[in-house]
Amino acid sequence: MTTSPEEARPVVKPKPGKAGPVMVVLLALMMLWYVFTVILNTPWQKDVFKRADNKDWNMVELVKGTMAQERPVLPAPHQVATEIYKTTVQKKITSKRSLIYHSRITLTTALLGFLLGTLLGIALAVAIIHNRALDKSLMPWIIASQTIPILAIAPMIIVVLNAVGIQGLLPKAFISTYLSFFPVAVGMVKGLRSPESSHLDLLRTYNASPSQIFWKLRLPSALPYLFTSMKIAVAIAMVGAIVGELPTGAVAGLGARLLAGSYYGQTIQIWSALIMASILAALLVTLVGLVGAWVQARFGFRETQLSGKGI
Amino acid sequence: MTAESEQKSDQVISIENLSLTFQTSDAPVHALADIDLQVEQGAFVSLIGPSGCGKTTLLRVIADLETPTSGAISVNGVTPHEARLQRAYGYVFQAASLYPWRNIAKNVALPLEIMSLPKAERERRIKANLELVDLAGFEKKYPWQLSGGMQQRASIARALAVEPALLLMDEPFGALDEIVRDHLNEQLLQLWAKTSKTVVFVTHSIPEAVFLSTHIVVMSPRPGRIHEIIVNDLPAERTLDVRETPEFLQIANRVRAGLRASHSYDDIT
Repeated sequence: MTTSPEEARPVVKPKPGKAGPVMVVLLALMMLWYVFTVILNTPWQKDVFKRADNKDWNMVELVKGTMAQERPVLPAPHQVATEIYKTTVQKKITSKRSLIYHSRITLTTALLGFLLGTLLGIALAVAIIHNRALDKSLMPWIIASQTIPILAIAPMIIVVLNAVGIQGLLPKAFISTYLSFFPVAVGMVKGLRSPESSHLDLLRTYNASPSQIFWKLRLPSALPYLFTSMKIAVAIAMVGAIVGELPTGAVAGLGARLLAGSYYGQTIQIWSALIMASILAALLVTLVGLVGAWVQARFGFRETQLSGKGI
Repeated sequence: MTAESEQKSDQVISIENLSLTFQTSDAPVHALADIDLQVEQGAFVSLIGPSGCGKTTLLRVIADLETPTSGAISVNGVTPHEARLQRAYGYVFQAASLYPWRNIAKNVALPLEIMSLPKAERERRIKANLELVDLAGFEKKYPWQLSGGMQQRASIARALAVEPALLLMDEPFGALDEIVRDHLNEQLLQLWAKTSKTVVFVTHSIPEAVFLSTHIVVMSPRPGRIHEIIVNDLPAERTLDVRETPEFLQIANRVRAGLRASHSYDDIT
């Protein structure tokens, strides 16, 4: 019974393209958006015609009009795209009207909060799995923390931290931390507890120390769970950063753009800030996914093993 | 192999009047009752019996993965706990239990890393043991790239890398198909002859037990106890052809009769 390496099963990696289906959904959404642009902006446009004493407007004029208003109920996609183009490419990065300037502020806040949240989440998970008392006492509070509406607690955090002299980036980042530690903590607890009992028994037969069990078994087993929860965490860290900007008086950041836009009825500005925020979040999630894939590939994980775990 | 055996020093495993009861919410489960077993240096002992007869539990007691409720047990002259701390045995699980994120060489290296062996010694043992199980050239492959039989051989190499004098095997070939199992049985026998290790082997296959063992321990369930110990006097040098001989069939029939007599099949649904 001699076996050669060639007998080992070949590595099959089917990679169906994702771009097609995504584009179809995007196109459908765009069409729906245009339909609603026309529907929602029609009353105002009719008003415009009435005030101009224009009685013989036709359908084409109406549709064109609904997509060219200055403060539409719902701006058309191309209006938002133009606004984003104007406020990114055509403005200096240092300008307060540049969307990149505001994005950078929000991004910094979100990333700092995400980093702190991830570290806090991992630390809590490690404490919880190694200590029964902490498992019983901490977990309910961790879950309870997320039942408080973030919009209600965000101003409190800002005010309290301000009172003790912490200002600027940190209070906003803490709101991101507050949101993003949760999925990491829960995911890591599940991940650190994921090793099969035979894998644990095996280390027991080797008389492995608790730290060896952690580094050689629990941590590698938890990696797929960690990166999945980090993807969720980075997206809500972005939400946290935006929410954190609202009660600070809205000086700078995407949250500030949203607030300023709503003060002055600048719906196009609101939507472009929204789209920018979601583009950034999508980029961050993709980035975390890529880092996760790279780290796990270095650890020898295979794609199907991960999808087999529902990850 | 018998309780009246006089030379205690030769006993790798000595079990006297051992019982283990699991406390469950409704009723206590008597997993093991009044077990007496002596395993000599160099013996190949098979534990055979139907599901629920406690054969795996007995193996886990020897490995200090379960604690007996009463009775005495020594492994290498010390308690199972001390034996485990000394890494006196290698344990092969029913599933290969390879770590999926480690390649084959790294999987074999796992116990060696835990023992903090120097790198050169680790590499020597990885190479030697992978060669022993015919897996040379597969060092860089990941478990999922190997067939079930190859995975189980890798897990045997991992157990051997600890260089234990005692090998505990819990139905290691149970999940494999008959042809692969035959091959591995033959290989295991050669390995045992080469290394003169003591082996305790759990199985529910009569041919497997008769083919491999020097002693066959027939167990019966509820409570798990030893029904009979059959000494296998087939010549030590065996090939798969031995299974066609009248002597082999005779011992197989004795094992089958023992399993029947212990009424172990009556209440199996």
